[in-house]
Amino acid sequence: MRVLVLLLGLISSAAFAAIDVYEFDSEQQEALFRELTQELRCPKCQNNNIADSNAGLAQDLREKTYQLVKQGNDKQQVLDYMVDRYGNFVRYDPPLTPAVLILWLSPLLVIVFGGVYLLGRNRNSSEKEPLVEEGERERLAKLIEQTERDKQ
Amino acid sequence: MNKRLLYFFLPLVVFLAVSVFLFRGLYSDPTELESVLVGKPVPQFELQDIYELDKQHHSNIFEGEPLLLNVWATWCPTCRAEHEFLNTLAEQGVKIIGLNYKDDRGKAINWLAQLGNPYAINLYDEKGLLALDLGVYGAPETYLIDSQGIIRYRHVGDVNARNWQQELAPIFSAME
Repeated sequence: MRVLVLLLGLISSAAFAAIDVYEFDSEQQEALFRELTQELRCPKCQNNNIADSNAGLAQDLREKTYQLVKQGNDKQQVLDYMVDRYGNFVRYDPPLTPAVLILWLSPLLVIVFGGVYLLGRNRNSSEKEPLVEEGERERLAKLIEQTERDKQ
Repeated sequence: MNKRLLYFFLPLVVFLAVSVFLFRGLYSDPTELESVLVGKPVPQFELQDIYELDKQHHSNIFEGEPLLLNVWATWCPTCRAEHEFLNTLAEQGVKIIGLNYKDDRGKAINWLAQLGNPYAINLYDEKGLLALDLGVYGAPETYLIDSQGIIRYRHVGDVNARNWQQELAPIFSAME
């Protein structure tokens, strides 16, 4: 048991050695750094954020993010800095541009247009084919009258 | 009658539009990002020459004539693959400025001595400072820059005879 604990201790210290150490002036700065590295996307390894990726470029971007945060830049300033260089691609939470708007609105448009089309078609068919036609209606009335009379 | 036709053809038109869009997607490379710096000047910088330690270059080296900015490094195998073609381009009179990206100076100078030096000027960017401002996300990358120092195009990956003729040369010769 003691050996196991010792081994575990070794493993965790080895794991620690691989993590970059960043020192911040305040807890807010550290929180901001965590938030930013989670939200910024690595342009090289495209499905990782820069916090998760170990690619050289992700390390550089982490370092740059750290410097910018440490210099006292707020979240928007750091995001702007990155977007100016790497485009909106670098954000996992991109701003609402016209292209993004199309992406969000097109399913809604399909539903709305489909609904309008279906409603229109239903109305048309009910106008064209009434349940009982004019001539039939008179015959029906006569038949009902006759059955009523027969009953009495 | 007109309405009927519309109902008949509208889905067909939508289907064709979506097909074209998806078909293009089949052959597009998602790792190729368009540079946000296209249409903008090369960022300000101050970098050492790769050979002369006390020689600093600034962004005015990009003004005067259309040229290529090639981002390269000795740790990059694709850079080796394209180097031969860069030599050919330089012989044809295309001005190429090199940006040695996060590399070792000694190795880089060795590489140029062995494989030939197609670069009119070679910048030594050990920490990737200019590369970060350019939005470089890998090597090699090649930027087409006009005589005003404005970036006109970014090519990601190696430059070879085929994509030079098909993609880059038309843009390069159209630049002023």
